[in-house]
Amino acid sequence: MSAVAAAGPAVSAAPGGRRRRRGRWNAPLVAGLALFGLIVVLALCAPLLTSQDPLKQNLQDAFLDPGSKGHLLGTDALGRDVLARLLYGARVDLRVGVVAVISPLIIGSLVGLVAGWFGGWVDAVIGRIVDMVIAFPFLVLVIALVFAMGPGTTSIYVAVTLVGWVAYCRIVRGQVLVAKEQEYAMAARASGLPTWRILLRHLLPNVVLQAIVFSMSDIVLTLLAIVTLGFLGLGVPPPTPDWGTMIQEGQQFLLTKWYISAIPGLAVVVTGLALALIADGIVEKANQ
Amino acid sequence: MTPPLLEVRDLHVDIPMPHARLHAVRGVSLTVGAAEPVGLVGESGSGKSLTLRALLGLLPRPARIVSGTVLIDGEDVTGLPPKRLRRRLTDTMSMIFQDSLTALNPVMRVGDQIAEAPSRKLGKSRAEARAIAVDLMREVGIADPERRYELYPHQLSGGMRQRVCIAIALSTKPRLILADEPTTALDVTIQAQVLAVLRQLRQEEHVGLLLVSHDLAVVSQTCSRLYVMYAGKVVESGDLTDLVTEPRHPYTFSLLRSVPDPDRRVARLLTIHGRPPDLTEPVTGCSFAPRCPFAEHACREGEPALEPVGPGRHSACRRVDTADRWNAMVEEEAGSAR
Amino acid sequence: MRYLVFILKRLVSLIPVLIGISFIVFFLIRLIPGDPASTLLGVHATPQAVKELRDQMGLDKPLLSQYLTFLGHLLRGDLGFSYVYSSSVMDLITTSLPVTIWLLVSGTLFTVVIAVPLAVLAAARRNGLADNVIRAVPVVGLGLPAFLLGIVLILVFGLKLGWFPVAGYGLSLADHVRGIVLPGVTVALSLAPIVIRSLRASMIEVLSSDYIVTARSKGIGTARVVLGHALRNAAVSSVTVLGVNIAYLTGSTLVVERVFSLPGIGQQMINSILGRDFPTVQGITLAFAIMVVVVNLLTDVTHAALDPRVQLT
Repeated sequence: MSAVAAAGPAVSAAPGGRRRRRGRWNAPLVAGLALFGLIVVLALCAPLLTSQDPLKQNLQDAFLDPGSKGHLLGTDALGRDVLARLLYGARVDLRVGVVAVISPLIIGSLVGLVAGWFGGWVDAVIGRIVDMVIAFPFLVLVIALVFAMGPGTTSIYVAVTLVGWVAYCRIVRGQVLVAKEQEYAMAARASGLPTWRILLRHLLPNVVLQAIVFSMSDIVLTLLAIVTLGFLGLGVPPPTPDWGTMIQEGQQFLLTKWYISAIPGLAVVVTGLALALIADGIVEKANQ
Repeated sequence: MTPPLLEVRDLHVDIPMPHARLHAVRGVSLTVGAAEPVGLVGESGSGKSLTLRALLGLLPRPARIVSGTVLIDGEDVTGLPPKRLRRRLTDTMSMIFQDSLTALNPVMRVGDQIAEAPSRKLGKSRAEARAIAVDLMREVGIADPERRYELYPHQLSGGMRQRVCIAIALSTKPRLILADEPTTALDVTIQAQVLAVLRQLRQEEHVGLLLVSHDLAVVSQTCSRLYVMYAGKVVESGDLTDLVTEPRHPYTFSLLRSVPDPDRRVARLLTIHGRPPDLTEPVTGCSFAPRCPFAEHACREGEPALEPVGPGRHSACRRVDTADRWNAMVEEEAGSAR
Repeated sequence: MRYLVFILKRLVSLIPVLIGISFIVFFLIRLIPGDPASTLLGVHATPQAVKELRDQMGLDKPLLSQYLTFLGHLLRGDLGFSYVYSSSVMDLITTSLPVTIWLLVSGTLFTVVIAVPLAVLAAARRNGLADNVIRAVPVVGLGLPAFLLGIVLILVFGLKLGWFPVAGYGLSLADHVRGIVLPGVTVALSLAPIVIRSLRASMIEVLSSDYIVTARSKGIGTARVVLGHALRNAAVSSVTVLGVNIAYLTGSTLVVERVFSLPGIGQQMINSILGRDFPTVQGITLAFAIMVVVVNLLTDVTHAALDPRVQLT
C-alpha cells in the first residue's frame, strides 16, 4: 500500500486519464449502433427490398437453393421465400423485443422508486414479491405465463413484463437509497413539494440512468428469449414469420438444406452482437 | 575488506502516466552491510518505498526500473536471467509491509502462510514446515503459537498480524529484511513491541535490516545508519548519531526540527512549507531549494550531487553551514517576525 | 458444527421464499381464462370428473382456503395428476429430474474447465493478445442463443465428425456420459463468458493486492502464487457470480434438452405445454424454482466454506 501511496495521485490517476482520452464515443458503441442501424433499416424497408410475400406457400418451389431465380436466399419446405421471411421476421422480432423491454423498464423503475423512497413495510412487501419472482428461471416463468395466457404477442409482452420488472426494481431501489440521503433530495423534501413531484421530477432523472444502461443488455436477453420461444413453438403464432420459428422449421433438414436454419440463425447472431456491442459501449460510457 | 551484503548503484524508477513519465526514483545508491540496521527516511512521495520494492523486483504496476545495478556480496546480479535473479533476490532478502491486514492472504490460515516458504521453497515436509512455522511464531513473540497457527488474519490483532508478517519474512531464512513502514499502522505501544522484535532478531539471528519510514523516531530507535531521501534522491547519509546531532542538509535539519525533542533546549517546531517538486518535470537546481529556509540564488542552478562531507558522511547541499548556525538563523527569523 | 448450524439457519430462511414460489405457481392456473378444473382435466373430461375436481380443489370456497388446500397437497408431495400421461405429476418429475440435474452439473463442470484457465491466462497476461481475444468473446457470446449453439455443435461434432450422439440419453451409464457432453458444453458455452468476465476482473484486482506481493517476496514459484493465492481469493467472489448465473441459466436447460432430445424436466415441460397438460406444466415450473433455490443455497454454502471472513452466525 505504502508504495502506491508514495507514488501519490500519479498511480491512481493513470486509468482515469486513459479513459478520458477515449472521448464521447467508443469503438463498441459505434460499431454496434452502425450494425443495429443497418438491421433496422433493412427491416423497415422490407417491402422495397423484396416483392415476395413471406406467407405465400408454393409447394412446387420448395427447397430452392439460395441464388435461385426470384428467390435470392432460396425457399423453405413450404416453398416460402426465405429472404422475405427473414426481413419481415426482423420487423416482428425487433418490435416485440424492444416493446417487451420498455414496459418492464417503466414499471420496474417506478416500483423501485416507491420501494426505495418509502422504505418500511412498503419496501418489505415489494422485496418479498421480488424474491418470489427471481426464484424462477426467467425463461421458465415466461414460458409458463405465455402458456397460461394463451399464445400471441400480447401474452409475450405481459409475461416478459411480469417477470422482467424485478431487475429494474432492484437497480432503481438501490440507487434511490443512495440518492435520498443527498442534499438535493433533502432540499426537495424540505420545500414541501408533493411527494409524487419530488419522486418524478427530482429523484427519477437522477436514478434512472443505471436502469437504462441495464435495459440495453436486457434487450439482448429479451430478443434471445423471444427467438427461443419461437424455436420452441411457443412464440409468435404461425404463420407470422419469426426467426426462431424459421430455425426450428429448418432443423429437420439440417444435413441437406442447412441454410434454411443457418440464415435466420446468422441473423439472430448478428443482431445479438450489434445489441451486445451497444450495451458494452454504453456500460463503458456510463462508467466514465 | 569484505564487500557489503547489498549494494545498489544508481537506481532509477519511472511511473509511466497517460501524458507524462513520473521520474520517481532518480539515481539512488546505498549499501547495507551484514547484520547492519539501516534506515531510509523521507516524506511520502520521496521514492523510498519504490526503492525498497524495486530491490525485490516487486514494483506495483505500472512502475518499472529504468536502470540500476544491484550487487549481492559484491557480485552484480542485475544481468542474471529473470528467474534466477528473482531466486537470488528472494533468497537474500524478504519484506515486511505497512498494512498487515492487506499483506496477509485473507483466506489462508496464518500458520500455513508462514510454513509456505519452508515447504514450497526449502523442500521441507509438511510436518517439518509446520514445526518451523510454530518456532518462528514463538520467536517473534506470538504466545500459544499452536492454537494461533490455525487462525485467519482477520481473527488476529494488528500487532499479532505484523508479527506474523515478520515470521513470514524470516521463514525464507533471509540475510536482510526490507521493512516498509512496518509500524505506521500500529498503536504506539504495539509499535515499540514490534520494533523490539526487529532489534532482537538483528542481534540474535544476525539479520540485516533496511527500514523505510517517514518517522525519524522509529528509525532512530532501530537503525545505526541513515539515508535521507527527498524527491527521488538521497540527499544525506551517515551514522545515526552524526546525522541527528549535526545534520548537513537543510532537509534533514528541517525533519529533525519538525518533531518535538525533549532534550533540545529550544522547543520551537519547524514546519516545512510547500510541496515536493513535480517529478514529471525535469528538476532544475536543488530539488529542495523552493522549500529550503536557507536557499540562496546559487541553489537554483544545477542540481547538487551527493558529496562526502566527513567520515562516512555524504550530503547534497552546497552550503557548508552547520546546524548551529541554521538553528540560530531560524530563531533569529522567528524573533524578527515577532 | 458451526457450519452445520449455518446451513440449518439458511434452510429455515428459505421458508418464506418457498411459500412465495407456491403462491406464484398457484396463481398460474388462475390466469387461464375459464374454469380451472375443466382446464386441468383437458377437453375430453366428463362433467362428473370436472365436478369432482372442483370439489377437491375447493373452487367454491374463498381463494385463501383454495390456496391452503393447494399448499396442503404440495406438502404431501401431491402435485396433481396428469390426464395426458395418466400418471401422477410427481412421478413424471422424479423420472426426468435426474437428467436435468446431470445436465446442470456437467454444464457447471465444463464451465469451470473452460472459464478458469482462460480467465487466469487473461488476467496474468493483462492487455496482451490472449487477454484482448478473451475479452471480446463474451460480447459476441452474449448475443448467441443456446439453441443455436447446440445446433452448430450437433452439426459439427455429431453429424460431420460423429464423435458424440446427436440426440438422446441412452440407457447405460456410458451412454449417459457420452450423451451429456455436447449438451453440457452448450450450457457451459452460454455460462462461461459471464464467468470469465467476472473471474478475470477479480483476478486482476487480487493480483495487484499486497498479499500477492508478500507471497511473491517469499520466492515461491509464480504458478504457486497465481493458483495457490490469487485464484483461491478470486474464486470467492466468482462463486457467487457463477451461482447467480447457474440459477438464471437453469432455464436454458429447457432449450438445450429440447435441442438434444434429452428426457429431462425441460423437455417434459415443453411436451406438456404442446399437449396442454396443465398440471404437469405447473408442477415442473415449481420444480424449476426449487432447483434455483437449491442452487442459491449451495452457492451460499460454498461461499461460506471458501471465505473464512463470512460470519457463520
